[in-house]
Amino acid sequence: MGEAIVQLIDVDKSYGSNLVVKKMNMEIKEGEFLTLLGPSGCGKTTTLRMIAGFEDATSGIIMVQGERVEDKEPFERDVNTVFQSYALFPHMNVFDNVAYGLMIKKVPKAEIKTRVMEMLEMVQLSGYEKRKPDELSGGQNQRVAIARALVNNPKVLLLDEPLGALDLKLRKSMQIELKRLQKKLGITFVYVTHDQEEALTMSDRIAVMNGGIIDQLAAPMEIYNRPATRFVAGFIGESNIFDGIVKAIDGNTITVEAPQGIMQVTGEGFEVGEEIHVSVRPEAVNYGKEPVAGFDLQAKVLDFIYLGSTVKTTVSMNEGFEAKFTRFEQGLDLKEEDQLYLSWNPDKAVAIKKS
Amino acid sequence: MNKKRKNVLPALAQAGPVSVWMILFVTIPMIYIVYISFMSRGVFGDVVYQFSMESYKTLLDATYFKVITKSLKVAVFTTVLCLLVGYPFAYFIARKPRDVASKLITLIMIPFWTNSLMRLNSWLLVFQTSGPVNNFLQATGIVDHPVTFIYTDGLVVLGMITNMLPFAVLPLYSSIEKLDGSLLEASADLGANPVKTFWHVTLPVTFPGIFSSIILVFIPTLGIYTVSDMLGGGKVLYIGNIIKNQFGAIRNWPLGAALSVLLIAITGILIFIYTRFANIEDMEVV
Repeated sequence: MGEAIVQLIDVDKSYGSNLVVKKMNMEIKEGEFLTLLGPSGCGKTTTLRMIAGFEDATSGIIMVQGERVEDKEPFERDVNTVFQSYALFPHMNVFDNVAYGLMIKKVPKAEIKTRVMEMLEMVQLSGYEKRKPDELSGGQNQRVAIARALVNNPKVLLLDEPLGALDLKLRKSMQIELKRLQKKLGITFVYVTHDQEEALTMSDRIAVMNGGIIDQLAAPMEIYNRPATRFVAGFIGESNIFDGIVKAIDGNTITVEAPQGIMQVTGEGFEVGEEIHVSVRPEAVNYGKEPVAGFDLQAKVLDFIYLGSTVKTTVSMNEGFEAKFTRFEQGLDLKEEDQLYLSWNPDKAVAIKKS
Repeated sequence: MNKKRKNVLPALAQAGPVSVWMILFVTIPMIYIVYISFMSRGVFGDVVYQFSMESYKTLLDATYFKVITKSLKVAVFTTVLCLLVGYPFAYFIARKPRDVASKLITLIMIPFWTNSLMRLNSWLLVFQTSGPVNNFLQATGIVDHPVTFIYTDGLVVLGMITNMLPFAVLPLYSSIEKLDGSLLEASADLGANPVKTFWHVTLPVTFPGIFSSIILVFIPTLGIYTVSDMLGGGKVLYIGNIIKNQFGAIRNWPLGAALSVLLIAITGILIFIYTRFANIEDMEVV
């Protein structure tokens, strides 16, 4: 992964008084698969559309390949988009749809033909050239949309929830296919989704967005294991998040007091008396009949959810707080109403500053 | 096969009343028209039921040929102008928010609620020798003598256009309104400037609406005789006037019928082409 190919510098976007993207700074590197992830309304699609040129930034700088593009029209930008609705031209067959960009650029007919055919082969649609979009399935139309964008050899491909309309199984296989295609072509993909699992599966890096701000921009593993904000911890995967106050610090072990009890977590840069969030994944939570040193977290078993290979147990704690932990089915020796003490390896929990 | 048969009866029941209506008031009169077009004219203007190709031979007469070509020309001209005016108009309305658009559509519909004879008469008043247009032109010194507008082909076409414009705008609006904005974005994304996008995407995607407009404007324009009767003062003759005269004052029903058959044939061909290209849905409005 090389140089920055897309840069957003202090980009704001507002509709009237409604600020949807706030002072965004982001660098997208050449050849990477970057995902903008967040709940609906977080500004991820708006960000993508500003890079494509469909929306104007209210202020700030957008650069593609070191060139400022804020004032360029979409048709003047070297990026291509795969739309959520596919936006295939209904009056054209598959060949003409894919050939559209090349035809507009007045590429010689013979070259158009070879390039379109190559691209259709790559997305496994050879033999479908003469079909119209309404004669194809959703998955096939999706491939046409991808081929139509990729045939132009864009420097950056923007994908706006491209798999949103597909059923789960097809979505899974298209995720793998897209990832392979991206690796093979070495094109930068900027991918928008609200599906965190999809983001974790496909991305080199994920930008988790919340309320028009990037909360964290990092590799999937880091996002999952070291969430930077309370929002990221809660949005990516499942997590038990305790809100407490730092009671004591010993080296990098922090003792936290929360309404649910006393707990420990590893972290740096905190002060005694500071507000803190502690995030623990369900698979990291231990339980026992007696409290462990450094922990005092009483809980009562509420119910079990069978998940196939694992069972998720929900326990109730003080103030109606519900914590969850997962175990392999064989290891589970609990029943409803059992009284427990929870604990975990402080290294497996994440200390998050209050923002 | 079985399944298909089961559906025949309910389908017939549903179509029944309409079918009866159509057979009684459309099919039978049309067959009768075709029938008498092959009969001959009696001395007193009655229809003599004796086979004759006389009427069709008359159609080949240069006078009629001229009227027919002139009618076609005016109809084509009116249709083209209606499209040229109607398309930007419909595009403008379709890009407005829905509540504004429906108000604008209502404005277009208002002329339908006024009597067409009254509307045509008002054109005469506006354009007559001492009318406001001539007064204005003379007052501003653009012309020295009043210009003769009334009873000319030009005024007839103007009358046709104002009469027919709603028929052009409504189907155009309906198909432009359905145009998916993301198609335009996709076209821009692939490097097409707005002109190319209009040419390669907007126009072809809204083609069914354009064709509906052509049908809805061209066919009535070809047969209408009130406009040319009033604004052309009877001096300007079109196929519609001739047919009306054959059935009326001149009382040559076989010739009128033959002319009607010709008109039906022209429109029939157009509708045939239409059904090949366009969706019936696009005839629906809002």
